[in-house]
Amino acid sequence: MDIAKLTIGEIRSGLKAKRFSAKELAGQALQFAEAENPKTNAYLRLCPERAMQAAEKVDAAIAEGKGAGLLAGVPVAVKDVILTEGLVSTCGSKLLERYVPPYNATAVERLEAAGGLVLGKTNCDEFAMGSSNENSAYGPVRNPVDLERVPGGSSGGPAAVVAQGTAVVSLGSDTGGSIRQPASFCGVVGVTPTYGRVSRYGLVAFASSLDHIGPFGRNVEDAALLLQVTAGRDPMDSTSAFAPVPDYLAEMEKPVKGMKIGLPKEYFAGLARETGDLVMAAVDQLKKLGCEVVEVSLPHTDYAISCYYIICTAEASSNLARYDGVRYTTRSEKGETLIDMYRATRGEGFGAECKRRIMLGTYVLSAGYYDAYYLKAQRVRNLIARDFSQAFEKVDALITPVSPFPAFKLGEKMADPMEMYLSDIYTITGDLAGIPCMSVPCGVTGTGLPVGMQILANHFAEPTMFRLARAYERAVQ
Amino acid sequence: MSATRTAVDYEAVIGLEVHVQLATKTKIFCGCPTSFGAPPNTNVCPVCLGLPGALPVLNKPAVEMAVQAALALGCQVRPSSIFARKNYFYPDLPKGYQISQYDKPVAEHGVVEIEVNGVTKRIGVTRVHMEDDAGKSIHEGFKDSPLNTYVDLNRCGTPLIEIVSEPDMRTSDEAYAYLTELKQILEFCGVSTCDMEKGHLRCDANVSVRPRGQEKFGTKAEVKNLNSFRFLKMALDYEIERQIGVIEEGGKVVQETRLYNPNTGETASMRSKEHAHDYRYFPEPDLLPLKISDKWLSEIKAAMPELPAARRTRFIEQYGLRDYDAQVLTSTRELSDYFERAAKASADPKLAANWVMGDLMGELKADGKEITDSPIPAENLGELVTLIAKGELSGKLAKAIFPKMLATGDAASAIMEREGLKQISDTGALGAILDEVIAANPKQVEQYKSGKTTVMGFFVGQVMKASKGQANPALVNQMLKDKLG
Repeated sequence: MDIAKLTIGEIRSGLKAKRFSAKELAGQALQFAEAENPKTNAYLRLCPERAMQAAEKVDAAIAEGKGAGLLAGVPVAVKDVILTEGLVSTCGSKLLERYVPPYNATAVERLEAAGGLVLGKTNCDEFAMGSSNENSAYGPVRNPVDLERVPGGSSGGPAAVVAQGTAVVSLGSDTGGSIRQPASFCGVVGVTPTYGRVSRYGLVAFASSLDHIGPFGRNVEDAALLLQVTAGRDPMDSTSAFAPVPDYLAEMEKPVKGMKIGLPKEYFAGLARETGDLVMAAVDQLKKLGCEVVEVSLPHTDYAISCYYIICTAEASSNLARYDGVRYTTRSEKGETLIDMYRATRGEGFGAECKRRIMLGTYVLSAGYYDAYYLKAQRVRNLIARDFSQAFEKVDALITPVSPFPAFKLGEKMADPMEMYLSDIYTITGDLAGIPCMSVPCGVTGTGLPVGMQILANHFAEPTMFRLARAYERAVQ
Repeated sequence: MSATRTAVDYEAVIGLEVHVQLATKTKIFCGCPTSFGAPPNTNVCPVCLGLPGALPVLNKPAVEMAVQAALALGCQVRPSSIFARKNYFYPDLPKGYQISQYDKPVAEHGVVEIEVNGVTKRIGVTRVHMEDDAGKSIHEGFKDSPLNTYVDLNRCGTPLIEIVSEPDMRTSDEAYAYLTELKQILEFCGVSTCDMEKGHLRCDANVSVRPRGQEKFGTKAEVKNLNSFRFLKMALDYEIERQIGVIEEGGKVVQETRLYNPNTGETASMRSKEHAHDYRYFPEPDLLPLKISDKWLSEIKAAMPELPAARRTRFIEQYGLRDYDAQVLTSTRELSDYFERAAKASADPKLAANWVMGDLMGELKADGKEITDSPIPAENLGELVTLIAKGELSGKLAKAIFPKMLATGDAASAIMEREGLKQISDTGALGAILDEVIAANPKQVEQYKSGKTTVMGFFVGQVMKASKGQANPALVNQMLKDKLG
C-alpha cells in the first residue's frame, strides 16, 4: 500500500479483506506524517494516542462484525481552528498557544463517530485570516508541489497534508475562499458546502455569517464522503440547516448529459492566461460529456471584495474580542491596569493581519459609519446573492477559475495586503451568497503548478456540483 | 435660593430603564441552570463561558416569558425581531459582547397606568427587549481583594428583559409608582420574582429638569445603581435638586452617567458623554431573526394569567370588596391567590378579606413572613370564616382558636372538636346556665328591672364566663331578654 496515495475506497476494501488493520494503518500514517511534515510544516501537532485509540475501536468493531462507519480507519487531519477536546487548538495564534478545548467541534465529533482517525491538527493563517498561510504564528506552510511556494490559505495546512499524502482527507474552513484557493494551489479537491450544511459549533469564529467547515480530498469521492459524515442539522448551531443530507456518492454517479453550465463573464477577465486556458479546457471536457455551456453575467461581482472586507472584518472585530487575556488567552506580563493588560495582551498576541482586520472592522461598525459601510455592504451582499439566484434560474451550475493565478512564492505578496486579497477575488462571492462551491484540479501550468476550476451550484445543490466534478474527474483520469 | 421656590419653578423629566431577570430554569442561550447561590463558576458551559467556537441557541421559554411581560405591559409584539451584539470589554463579559436587541426589539409601544395622590397617569413603555446577563466582578471579600478582582460567571447568560419607559414621569413619586406597578405586573405574570436584593430587578434612570412650562427637555443624566425602591426615590430627589442647583447657579447640566451612592445619598459622575461607550451594535450572525407567528402569539396569550388591574376589578364585582381592600389583596399574586382560595372556601368573602388582611397578615408580618409562608392553608381560613358566618363560632372563640390554627396549621373544626370548644346553642343547656347566673346576681336583676338595661352586658359576660366562652352570644342575648323581661 502506498500510504501517500490511499483513498477511502482502498482503506475500506483493505480493512474488509484484512490486508491491514486500522491500527497498522494508523501507525504507518503517523510515521509517514512525522517523517514528511518537516518539509512543509503543515501539521502543528500530531495526536498519536488519539489516533491509535480510535483505530483500536475500529478494529474491535470489525472483529465483532459491527458496522465500523463510513470513515472507518481513515486518517484525517483537522485545521487548528476546529476544536478537538483535550487537544491543544491554537488557531495559528500565539494567543491560544496553550488553549486546550473542553469539547469537540460537532464536525469532529461526527467524523470520529464514523470511525475516522484524527492524526493531528494542521497549521493555518492566524484565526483563518490570510490567503497564503504566511500569517501563522507557527511559521508558514510550504506547498508540497513546490516547497518555495505557498500552499494558499487560510487552510494551507489541510490542503498541504492531503497533497503531501500525510492525511487521506482533512477538514478545513472557508470564509472567503480559504478551502478552494489552497485546494487549487496544492492540486487537491476542496469543498465549501452550503452555509448551514455543516455545523459551525466548535469552529472558532472569524466571520460568523461567512464561516464554513468543509472537506479536502485527493478525489471528489473522498471529499464528498467526509462531507456526508459531517453534514446535517446540529441543535447546537442555530444557523445549521434542517434539510436532509442526500446520498452524495450515489448522486455524483448520475450522468451529466444535458446539464447546463454557465460561465460568468466577469470571472474570466484579468486572470493569468494559463489559468484561463486550463479552466476553459476543463469546460470543453464537460461539453464533450454532453453539457450545454452558456455565458452568464453576475453584474455585482466588482463590489464583492469591498463588500466582503467590510462584513468579515466587522464580524471579526467582535468575534476576536474574547481573546483579552482575562481567561484562557495567554496574558501579557505587562500592564498595570486592566486596560493596559488588554492592550499589551492583544498588542503582543495578534499578528499584523488580525490587527489590520480588527481595526477595519471596529471602524466600519463605529457610530456614524455603520450605515455607510456595514449596512451598505449588507445590501450589496443581497445583490450579489440575487445575481446568483437569477443565474441559477437559467443554469444548473457555474464554472469559474478558483484564483486568478497559481501558487506564488513565499513572501511575494506579504508586503501588499491588497494584492494578497485579490487571490480570493473569485471565491468570496460564493461565501457571500452562502452557496456550495468547490475546487477541482484541472491541470498544471507549464512550470508544474496546479490550477483548480471552481464549480458553484445553488443552495443545497451539492449533488449537482459533485456530479459535474465527478464526471470531469472520471473523464480525465 | 430656597428649595421651595426652585421646586415650584422647575419640573423634572424622568424615564426609567428597568432590567428584569426572567424566571426560566435555564439560561437564555444554553442549558445551564439559572439557580442562585451555586459555588462560583459552576453553573457554566462552553456557551455561557464564551469559549471559542461555542454558539448561542435561544431558549424558547425565555421568549415566551418576554412576550408575556410585553403583552402585560400593553406592548405590540413584533412578528420578527433581531438579536444584536453590543460590544464592549469587561472581565465579567467573556464573549466581549452582550447579545441584546437593538433596532428591532421583541416588543414596543406599551403603557403602564399609575396612580399618585388619587390621580391616574399613563406612562409609555418605549420597548421591551431581550438580552443575556454578564457575570459578576467581585472586588471584596477575598484576602487579596485589594490586589485582585475575582470573576464569577454563574450569572452569565441569565435571561433578562430590559423595559424602557418614555420620559413620561415628572416626580420621584411617579417613578416610584411606575416601578411598583411594573414589579406587580411582572410578578403577576410569573415571568420574574422581581427580587431586587438578588438583582432580579435593576433600575437606571434618565433624569433632566426644565423650567416649568418649557417644552424642550433639559440635558439628561443617566443615574445608575438604583437597587431598591427607596434608593430610586432618594437618588431622583437628590439628582433633581442637584440639576436645579447647577442651573440656578448659572451652570449647565452635562450629559453624563452618574452613580448613586446609597451611603452618602448622592450621585457622582461616572463617565462623561465623551467617554460614553460606542457599542458598535450589529445584528448577531449566530442567531436567526426571532419570528413570532400569530399562532404562537395566541398560545402565549392564552397561557397568560389574570393581571392585577383585572383581578382588582373582579374582586370588587365578584366578592363585593371595597376598593381599598381589593387593592391590598391584589398587591401580589400570591396574596390574591390566597385570598381567593379562602374566599371560595368561606360563606362570606368580605369577612374572609378582613381575616386575611387583619389577623393573618398581622401575625405573618410580626414574624417577618410572607403569605406564601402562612401555616394556615387558605381553605382552613375559609372554614373558620364559614363557622363564624353560620354562628357556630363566636367572634371571641374564633380569636381564641386562630393562634392555635397558626401554631398547628389544623382546621378550626378539628381544634374545636379536640378541645371541646363547640359553641353551645342548645337552649336547654343554656337555660340552666342562665338560671344559675340570674339566681346568683339578684342586685343586677333589680337594676335591669328598674330600667338600667346596660347591665345586660354584665349578664352576657357572666354567661360566657360560666360556659367557658362556648355559649352562642346571640342566643344568650335573646334568652336573657326573655327571662329578665
